[in-house]
Amino acid sequence: MSVDTAPRPVGKPGQSGPSGPRSRDSKPRLGMVGSSQGSKWWLYVILTVALVAVIAPFIWMVLGSFKNEGELRQVPPTWLPESASLDNYTQLFDKLSFGQFFTNSIVVAVVVTIGNLVFCSMLGYALAMLDFKGKRVIFVAVMTTLMIPGVVTFVPLFVLVANAGLIDSLPGLFLPFLVSPFGVFLMRQFILGLPKDLLDAGRVDGAGELRIFWKIILPLCGPALATLGILTFLGSWNNFLWPLVVAQSEDKYTLPVALALYSTGQNSTNYGLLLAGATVVIVPILVVFLVFQKRFIEGIATTGLK
Amino acid sequence: MTAQTGTTGSPTGPVTPAPAATAGRPDDRSPHGAGEAGAQRRGTSRAREGRAAWILAIPFCLLFLAFTAWPVLQSLFMSITDTRARDLRKPFSVNIIGFDNFAKALSDPIFRKAAANTAYFVLVGVPLTLVLALAAALALDKGITRFRAIFRLGFYLPVITSIVAVAVVWRFLLQDPGGLINTVLGWVGISGPNWLGDPDWSMPALIIMAAWRNFGTAMIIFLAGLQAVPAELHEAAAIDGANAWKRFRHVTLPLLRPTMLFVMVTTSIGYLQVFEEPFVMTKGGPLNSTMTVSYYTYQQFGFGNYGLASAMSYLIFVVIAIVTALQFRLLRERT
Repeated sequence: MSVDTAPRPVGKPGQSGPSGPRSRDSKPRLGMVGSSQGSKWWLYVILTVALVAVIAPFIWMVLGSFKNEGELRQVPPTWLPESASLDNYTQLFDKLSFGQFFTNSIVVAVVVTIGNLVFCSMLGYALAMLDFKGKRVIFVAVMTTLMIPGVVTFVPLFVLVANAGLIDSLPGLFLPFLVSPFGVFLMRQFILGLPKDLLDAGRVDGAGELRIFWKIILPLCGPALATLGILTFLGSWNNFLWPLVVAQSEDKYTLPVALALYSTGQNSTNYGLLLAGATVVIVPILVVFLVFQKRFIEGIATTGLK
Repeated sequence: MTAQTGTTGSPTGPVTPAPAATAGRPDDRSPHGAGEAGAQRRGTSRAREGRAAWILAIPFCLLFLAFTAWPVLQSLFMSITDTRARDLRKPFSVNIIGFDNFAKALSDPIFRKAAANTAYFVLVGVPLTLVLALAAALALDKGITRFRAIFRLGFYLPVITSIVAVAVVWRFLLQDPGGLINTVLGWVGISGPNWLGDPDWSMPALIIMAAWRNFGTAMIIFLAGLQAVPAELHEAAAIDGANAWKRFRHVTLPLLRPTMLFVMVTTSIGYLQVFEEPFVMTKGGPLNSTMTVSYYTYQQFGFGNYGLASAMSYLIFVVIAIVTALQFRLLRERT
């Protein structure tokens, strides 16, 4: 997601009100196009086939997690479990301490998400609305690093964290990700679209600059915060490479790390456990996404993301 | 974190002047102030604004300097040295060797093979992903009126799924014999290849998997872009007798160009760095047929060749920068 955009004609404040108008514009059109819906039944058929093809792996995974080893090794594979059981799940949590991995994943993802929401919106606001010395320098630095791929910083970041003695610790897992240039860019773009009068109104009322940010601007940033929050949470939850090298003892593993190591380690032959583990990894993000889905898509449509 | 939130939450009490002379304030930031008093007030208000801005900026800047800017500079330095894992404890023992690492990488046959594989992955994978995404977005935006949310969520599901879980399932799907994909192909009389075991088919397998995994992101962004295409244009074109394809080609597509640019650039950048797919599925094999530049860089890092790995990662960066610039050129000029 992170990149491009630096040279795009960003920020024409006030070109299109705060947020909503674009999606509102589209409504009449949708209704009108709907008039020809009678002839579109074939589209539903195609889309349904596509949907089945796309989510078949998930269905098979969830169903498979209730099967026993023997059935999973059958050729050809079965769809519905012949004798469904929760054995794989009980084993996952009893023997392999998946509860611990789950907690680690949650802690890291929540801390990283809060960090990004707070810090990126703070700087995003300053860059969008306030005048200060060094503003250009910060902005250029942020936009430049947006273009730099993760592999570039990977080695020195590892060295840095190692020298700080944070290898194999939870802070080592979340500290490097507390802020992101992408988050700043997203928040700045969104706040630029808010009317500047808000600022003046707040000042007239005698509110301090920080209070204006906290009480007036931030509450209006719902869609952008939802977008950034979901993207950050997903990114952190699914982050794999960094925790793989940083978490070295088992009680620091995150879910993806545990799953990856078990799928190549001595348990690699236990397919049922793997499928149950894969299901456990997916469920929480599915919940997060379902809850925030609407705001998330709204956020993508109204921030500079497109 | 809590401390930080506290700072932000509290108003700058003592600095805030009484709201007596409020009338002049809205003009405060205009370059042509009014009179001396105005100028003075403008000065203090500007200082106040600057101070507030820096309070807001400091936490980000500190974290950014430590965990982004510094590593970027460090790796630039490493790439021209012979840094290896054992040098970490005594950083002054490394030698500056200029561009030797870059030369070494470029003349390494495996690195070249990896570069070719990565190009294959990008050149096939990006168009495939974009076409799938655009088709899905068009169908969801114009074609149907019901169950939109369900389709959208279904198509987005692979995006939000951990690559590790994806790998577990896809290894099953791609098995030969007995994998789900070859079973389905068998129904229509095709005997599927040994996807992950055959050097000719391993990369196509990863490309299909990547397209499946990533088209949802592009679809969502296309959906947002499509909402900005005004309906009136479509109506007008329809009245003029343009069929659906012509309307798509001459109305939708040109208006979608900025969105297309964004999606293409971000997808290409992501695919140029392809790492996770080979890492979890094939470890670069068989016969290096799925070795990618990022994965090879990671391997060099694992061997402790930090200088070489940094040089390789900067080579990826250069390619990304060039590809991005080219795409901007191509898609921009005709707008």
